[in-house]
Amino acid sequence: MSPDEDVQRLLIQFRDEAGESLGSPFDVPVTITPDKLQLVCNALLQKDEPVPLAFFVHDAEIVVSLEKTLAGQSVETEKVLDIIYQPQAVFRVRAVTRCTSSLEGHTEAVISVAFSPTGKYLASGSGDTTVRFWDLSTETPQFTAKGHRHWVLSIAWSPDGKKLASGCKNSQIFLWDPATGNQIGRVLAGHSKWITCLCWEPLHINPECRYLASASKDGSVRIWDTLMGRCDKILTSHTQSVTCVKWGGDGLIYSSSQDRTIKVWRSQDGVLCRTLQGHAHWVNTMALSTDYVLRTGAFEPAEATINPQDLRGSLAELKDKAQQRYDQVRGQEPERLVSGSDDFTLFLWRPAEDKKPLERMTGHQALINQVLFSPDTRIIASASFDKSIKLWDGRTGKYLTSLRGHVSAVYQIAWSADSRLLVSGSSDSTLKVWDAKTKKLAIDLPGHADEVYATDWSPDGQRVASGGKDKCLRIWRR
Amino acid sequence: MHEKRNTKKKDDEKTPKGAVPAYLLDREGQSRAKVLSNMIKQKRKEKAGKWEVPVPKVRAQGETEVLKVIRTGKRKKKAWKRMVTKVCFVGDGFTRKPPKYERFIRPMGLRFKKAHVTHPELKATFCLPILGVKKNPSSPLYTTLGVITKGTVIEVNVSELGLVTQGGKVIWGKYAQVTNNPENDGCINAVLLV
Repeated sequence: MSPDEDVQRLLIQFRDEAGESLGSPFDVPVTITPDKLQLVCNALLQKDEPVPLAFFVHDAEIVVSLEKTLAGQSVETEKVLDIIYQPQAVFRVRAVTRCTSSLEGHTEAVISVAFSPTGKYLASGSGDTTVRFWDLSTETPQFTAKGHRHWVLSIAWSPDGKKLASGCKNSQIFLWDPATGNQIGRVLAGHSKWITCLCWEPLHINPECRYLASASKDGSVRIWDTLMGRCDKILTSHTQSVTCVKWGGDGLIYSSSQDRTIKVWRSQDGVLCRTLQGHAHWVNTMALSTDYVLRTGAFEPAEATINPQDLRGSLAELKDKAQQRYDQVRGQEPERLVSGSDDFTLFLWRPAEDKKPLERMTGHQALINQVLFSPDTRIIASASFDKSIKLWDGRTGKYLTSLRGHVSAVYQIAWSADSRLLVSGSSDSTLKVWDAKTKKLAIDLPGHADEVYATDWSPDGQRVASGGKDKCLRIWRR
Repeated sequence: MHEKRNTKKKDDEKTPKGAVPAYLLDREGQSRAKVLSNMIKQKRKEKAGKWEVPVPKVRAQGETEVLKVIRTGKRKKKAWKRMVTKVCFVGDGFTRKPPKYERFIRPMGLRFKKAHVTHPELKATFCLPILGVKKNPSSPLYTTLGVITKGTVIEVNVSELGLVTQGGKVIWGKYAQVTNNPENDGCINAVLLV
């Protein structure tokens, strides 16, 4: 007598996230586990290698078995049950647990930290007006780039990893070559007040990485031609400081400002398309659903090696690869934009289509400093000055959970490339690594002597870098 | 030839200390701990009833100074009546109690209705009618009697000044603190508490 015969059986239908059905409905015992479901689903998907999948029924994840997940709900055996499958990242990033080195060198607080798109180089900008490049294999200083005359407020890597742009409080932008530490081209001067944010044009639009957008306190966004060293377009419409600028993958530029609006511009001719209104106070930060894939360009984190390498291939190849990756992440729907503000709320928008927000996400008790989409666009994380990080669903904006643990304002967060882990740096001088699946604290990383101003996770998933008020840069590894 | 001028110039070379990231610029540095502690301190002050006034400390007036013993009775032996020797304020509808029963005598010559109130910022003085005595620092007994000495907080009618609240309502009563010794001067000088 096989025990299966006594068990209740259900009709299920696999559906993907967009609602398309996979195969036809069939019969499974209620006690089926996620592993078996995975085998079946992979067989239906007919891919070369089995892909890890997560299964959701009625918005609840199937962890142990279908029966347990449906425990609270009434099951109708007549109807077909929809099971939504979500492909997870094939590779797995391991949590960082220890500080492998504390890099001194800056003589003032470290204000910004960024890994290059392949994870090969690490750059940090500081209040001592220098930008420093660090050699990751030996974890020692490599180059010191001098040139700025005031604090280096923001740095941005070009998506091909060959150039670094840095903006300072004196409203100047410098371009640096990471291989030699020298300045490329001329100083880009034009803004009248300090630079708040820099963003490069995505690789799949232009593989040469020629154009750069900069946002400044003077209320304008300038698009610079880095090859010619001059300003191409000036986008003025904001009445107060522009806090963030993002170059989307569909030919639109988004800028958020202290005048409570977000403006959508066409990158080709610099024409204002739309103004998104809704916030009641300064809009501090924005994030696009395709942010991570635009940042990494043609680099695929799954193909990362222990020693990060530069991207190889002709411009056309890189462009194709980047376009492919972008299309995969974006899917059929247009890009989504989430904005966080001083009015303690976030808004989820579909800026290419609509002026009205999709969802207003409330719950925070203090201003929101940074929002980030997870690399697979399923989760939005928001860091706030109320000491908590909140996770929201990436498609609908529904509240998922709060991550509490910090004892002071959370300044910056960074996702790991497989979207399973999140690291956060706070003004209480600790970093914390959170597990996105269990929604709990994974690892606590104390070590900094003072507030942690900047955090970044390398795209190949190996290292986390953090810098702060204590003037030293720390690298954390497994 | 010429000596170097001994004047301070703006030092272009030095960058200011205290570098903060872009998201912390435009924000005041006061931490929330400070704000909370300030809030708690203010609450405590309100509870204790301690206010900031122009004349914080005054010499306490003893009973013998303020109240004079009046002897009554056929043989002037009974000494239960008292006469106020300082300036006082009695309300509009004040009527004396039957003289046989009144314990405290407030002489008509020492009753005042108006005070010279100075606005501390405008430095202008107005003669405003008194509405009542709020608090006499020496004793709560004096407050109930309406005795006005130096340091007493009185309420005055400021409708003459034409002050209006943010909501659009007209303010007609404000507190003022007495700054002179009215029994010596013959008039009440006060400073408006804004």
